Amino acid sequence: MTKQRQKLVLDIISYAVLLLGAVLMVGPFLWMVSTSFKLPGDQFTKTLIPPAFTLNNFRELFSVDLNFPLLFWNSAYISILITVGQLITCAMAAFCFAVVKFNGRNLLFTLLLLTMLIPPQVTLIPNFIIFKYLHLVGTSVPLWLPAFWGGAFGTFLLRQYFLTIPRDLVDAARVDGASLLQIFWKIYMPLGKPALAALAIFTFQGAWNDLLHPLVYMPSVPNTMLTVGLAFFQQQMTHGGKFTVLMAGALISILPLLIVFFFAQKQFIEGISLRGLKRRQTRGACKRS
Amino acid sequence: MDYGLKPLGRERFWLFALLAPTGIGLVFGALGSVVATVLLSFANWDLLTPPTWAGLVNYANLFKDPKILLSLTNTFKFAAMYVPGVVIVSLFVAVLMNRKIRGVSLFRTAYFLPAVTSAVATALVWNMIYGRDTGVLNFILERFGLQPVCWLCSGNAMYAVVLVNIWGAIGEGMIIFLAGLTAIPREYYEAAEMDGANDLQQFFRITLPLVTPSIFFQTLMATINAFQAYDYIYMLTRRGQGDSSVPVVVFSIYRNAWNFFNYGGASAQAIELTVLVAALMVFYFWLERRYVVYE
Repeated sequence: MTKQRQKLVLDIISYAVLLLGAVLMVGPFLWMVSTSFKLPGDQFTKTLIPPAFTLNNFRELFSVDLNFPLLFWNSAYISILITVGQLITCAMAAFCFAVVKFNGRNLLFTLLLLTMLIPPQVTLIPNFIIFKYLHLVGTSVPLWLPAFWGGAFGTFLLRQYFLTIPRDLVDAARVDGASLLQIFWKIYMPLGKPALAALAIFTFQGAWNDLLHPLVYMPSVPNTMLTVGLAFFQQQMTHGGKFTVLMAGALISILPLLIVFFFAQKQFIEGISLRGLKRRQTRGACKRS
Repeated sequence: MDYGLKPLGRERFWLFALLAPTGIGLVFGALGSVVATVLLSFANWDLLTPPTWAGLVNYANLFKDPKILLSLTNTFKFAAMYVPGVVIVSLFVAVLMNRKIRGVSLFRTAYFLPAVTSAVATALVWNMIYGRDTGVLNFILERFGLQPVCWLCSGNAMYAVVLVNIWGAIGEGMIIFLAGLTAIPREYYEAAEMDGANDLQQFFRITLPLVTPSIFFQTLMATINAFQAYDYIYMLTRRGQGDSSVPVVVFSIYRNAWNFFNYGGASAQAIELTVLVAALMVFYFWLERRYVVYE
């Protein structure tokens, strides 16, 4: 009996602590939403419900001089290109590593895994110099082109998933005379959908939220991505601007990911958990080879 | 291991084609970059005039230039607070959520929200929260009769930024720990209960040892992230002329290269960062062999 009472007390404490934490986690988002609907004159009022409700901030955001639609469009197509590039090239390599037998497979795969240890700053400087000499700095090409070179994380994630697809399917397809490409396209791509979805969300999120790379390759407003644009607006705001418009911009910028998150929460969380499993599975992979 | 489909005839070409993008990335993107950055670190180059040989000057500067030294101390200070912060808070949250109480999925969504959205967008709100005269935090402090604090001034900015970075990282850590916690067999707890172990004993004798693989992984990831931290620092601590009140190494690399056009010096810093992180990884894996329990 006391045991149960103890559990109840602990449950209540857990609830209270989690609730307090949740307020701290969600609070800034509520403040963002609230401020974006406030009148500029009310921007520093400390009430969560706007004293007067307005949509003007959003209207102003999409007015000509801020070029917000261009920022949004840039973020959208660059992130989509990066996602497509990663999905295709990582799936291609992952299929080879998981299914096909060829000389140097383990060596190549180990090399690829090692590249995960290289910090982005190391690749950034030489890449920038190359793109500068190609006169591509200021365009979106340096941002999305490297996504078509494959990637260690995506390849690894997809390979692990492809390994779980029963090999009997491959053998049966082979008996029916299916070619390598057909096995890849007709068996592994459709059956790999859950892992592909997790990778797609993970990649899109990273691309959409990236600040460092667009800051280097598309540093000037208006032809840049949302993150750089918002950072620039913030700098302007400090010289007496409208935080209400800034919050409206922030809200619009996180909206696409929020929508994806609410519809595909499972894939989002799976992407993280898959990363958590990475370590243990790498050990497995090393032992096997 | 000898599993695998043998490519037949023309399929060898297709195998090559499927691997080509990854091969190009490996040679040019990864290995080429490392070689290029190492070479650059021995040069002076502003990309306007031809590069000149610098020898070890860039590396000597790593130990002499007060700004570079400051960025290094800042990075270590940041990591020293951020890594334990993320690990402890997200483990704590995960343990609470693992108690099988109602509405857990709602809490999970709430805690994961900052991990979904961009640091740039949320930093804009944090800027309003931390504001000196108009900020929400100082408003609350004054309500309680306390003095307002300049949260983003030199003395406090480090703590303020660490706090926001932890806030943004709890969601991911929580998911990792929840996965680790749910993998612990319930029988262990049932057996412990039979033997009369209380909740605290159960946590320290069962949960903590069995969750060490997750703690190890999360510490590793948090350390890598700490040495990469940039977005919040850029958004919250920028000052005039592109300087920062908490310049960390990544910030300093960016500034050296793209504000001062010192690509050689920035390359040396990038190498320094890589070596530091690699050394820490070696140390962690040594710790892992000693302390981490794999079932």
